[in-house]
Amino acid sequence: MIALKSAERRYGASIAVYPTTLEFERGKTTALIGPSGCGKSTLLRMIIGLIAPSSGTLEVDGTPVNTFTSQQLRRRMGYVIQDGGLFPHLTALRNITLMAQHVGTDPAKVSSRVAELCTLTHFPQEALGRFPVELSGGQRQRVSLMRGLMLDPDILLLDEPLGALDPLVRSALQKDLRSVFEALGKTVVLVTHDMAEAGYLGHRLVLMREGRVVQSGSLEDFQKRPSDAFVTEFLTAQRSLVML
Amino acid sequence: MRNSLRVFAISLALASSAPSLAGAQTVAVGSKKFTESYVLGEIAKRILTEAGITATHTQGMGGTIILWQALKSGDIAFYPEYTGTISEEILKLKGAADRSAMESRLKAQGIGMGPELGFNNTYALVMRRSKSEAMGIASMSDLKSHPNLRVGVTPEFLGRKDGWKPLSARYGLSMKDVRGVEHALGYAALASDQIDLKECYSTDAKIKENDLVVLKDDLGYFPQYKALFLYRLDAPTAAISALAKLGGTIDEQRMTAMNADAERTKDYTLAASAYFGKVARKEAEGKSETTTQIILRTTKDHLVLVGISLGLAILAGIPLGILAWRSRAIGAIVLGLVGLVQTIPSLALLAFLIPWLGIGTNNAIVALFVYSLLPIVRNTVTGLQDIPSPLRESAEALGLEPAAQMRKILLPMASRSILAGIKTSAVINIGTATLAGLIGAGGYGEQIQIGLSLNDTPTILRGAVPSAVMAVVAQAGFDLLERAIIPKGLRLTLAKD
Repeated sequence: MIALKSAERRYGASIAVYPTTLEFERGKTTALIGPSGCGKSTLLRMIIGLIAPSSGTLEVDGTPVNTFTSQQLRRRMGYVIQDGGLFPHLTALRNITLMAQHVGTDPAKVSSRVAELCTLTHFPQEALGRFPVELSGGQRQRVSLMRGLMLDPDILLLDEPLGALDPLVRSALQKDLRSVFEALGKTVVLVTHDMAEAGYLGHRLVLMREGRVVQSGSLEDFQKRPSDAFVTEFLTAQRSLVML
Repeated sequence: MRNSLRVFAISLALASSAPSLAGAQTVAVGSKKFTESYVLGEIAKRILTEAGITATHTQGMGGTIILWQALKSGDIAFYPEYTGTISEEILKLKGAADRSAMESRLKAQGIGMGPELGFNNTYALVMRRSKSEAMGIASMSDLKSHPNLRVGVTPEFLGRKDGWKPLSARYGLSMKDVRGVEHALGYAALASDQIDLKECYSTDAKIKENDLVVLKDDLGYFPQYKALFLYRLDAPTAAISALAKLGGTIDEQRMTAMNADAERTKDYTLAASAYFGKVARKEAEGKSETTTQIILRTTKDHLVLVGISLGLAILAGIPLGILAWRSRAIGAIVLGLVGLVQTIPSLALLAFLIPWLGIGTNNAIVALFVYSLLPIVRNTVTGLQDIPSPLRESAEALGLEPAAQMRKILLPMASRSILAGIKTSAVINIGTATLAGLIGAGGYGEQIQIGLSLNDTPTILRGAVPSAVMAVVAQAGFDLLERAIIPKGLRLTLAKD
């Protein structure tokens, strides 16, 4: 379980995330949503230890995330970003297996795991030898997801994973992501600015605005019991986009 | 990384096979960068060798300052010098100094003066015969009424205490067009009517060859320049006494003939052999080094210089670049320093290093190493900086240790930029290494320096052409290496961008 205890992140005088106390339930998908600059990505980057909280703490299964623990903790987390973050000098296969080889996983195990992941993410095995530049945007995200899942992590963190894809590919990947999440039952934190995507993929939604959590709960809670006017405003604006 | 290690290993192997200039049993002779000095150095080497002493001769190391420093630091044990230069330039004595005054001052610095060889190679001023006759100039006093004459003297003569400025003051000259021109080039300029007046050494072979007129020093301005060998007092006694036998054996005529022979044959060993008789001269003719042999020898020396200095620059430059990339403050200092040394003129850098590293290969390698650093360090920093931050973060988020991130992700992604830096360094290095010829480190520069001192284009080309070829080959070699080293995926990505 991931737990933030009054975790705050400041950049000089400006505050990206106000002291926040929040828990992410094991085995569930939590969607962090909100407008650009609301602090949702900062929060995610604190969980994986790319940035440290300025004050407060952040724990993963009771271990505080800091410079000493983050390296080991990261190996229990998968991280998928917009556009995939694949290394251009490595083939899809090498991108996926880089970490497994680094920690010395048995090669036979590695290849059976890759085959398993290809089936899971609907990625053609024959494309594994291609370099990222030779793959389509959707394929790159599938490879990135496989890389994130390779070491069978407890936690999967996704930062706008579908942000750079065109609507058709996006919709196909949303379906695939949901089935993957359901099949694996991992703790997932997904950052998105798309309310429909958040509602479709997340068991729980956390809406943020200007560094603070405005409301958290199910989509139904948001619709029936909005905590303030901003929640309604955000829902309405997004819904009207979807309706169009 | 593995590749740079291989370069280093090759470099070390080459270095160990390079001749050592300061072997314990070897007596080192040096010479200045003009024909007569080369010839005297060759004579000394042969005299020593015939006396059963292992001797080396480092040809044409530079001007007075470089030779004097090399002698004091022990890099060389002997070199030919002139009395006027000793009193005026080295000891900076005022007025005419006698031998005992010079001897006692030199002794205090651990240096001794050998006997005079027998000729006085004083400075003199020369003009073309036609011009001198047309203007009626026979003595230096006659110059006073001709302020429009174009003067081209060596840079050294321009600065010397017995050089152009005090000379013009003494004779009341007021020429406006006074330029510094290298000695052999000055003779060419005089012959082709680019200048009217230059200084010469009274034993220069060119005086007769070009039909020049030596102006009479009617006020007795120039000091005596009697040739002799300066030596370290701690040099082997056998060597000192062997060279003492040279005393009084070379008169002006003999020296001038040997100088002329050297300029004609471009072979100092051959010219020096004339000192040992006609038979020796004939024998030497048969042993003269062929052009192919010269090119092979200098190529080997040049490769040693470039290989080691570039190898070291790669080994030091990439880590320095990584360091500079990791910390902005360290980066500013590292790039600042590396950039600063780049602005030191190469000749000055070589001279600075002489007190610590002496003359020869080591000094040249350090200087070339320093010059090779900047492109490698800078391109390493740029290459790393250009990696998009989402990719750097992805490497970190995977859980790779910093060293593994660098090795598996960051350096391969920066490889093209780093390799381009190494390529630039290599090409600059190959060109700059020709300056090693100035401090006796050999390589292509040796032939260029000899050619320059003789104003002989074929000899210059014998150094310049292979050097240019090596640069082109290196360039092509790196282009091939690029295919081998830069990961295919990266090349595809760069091609698409």
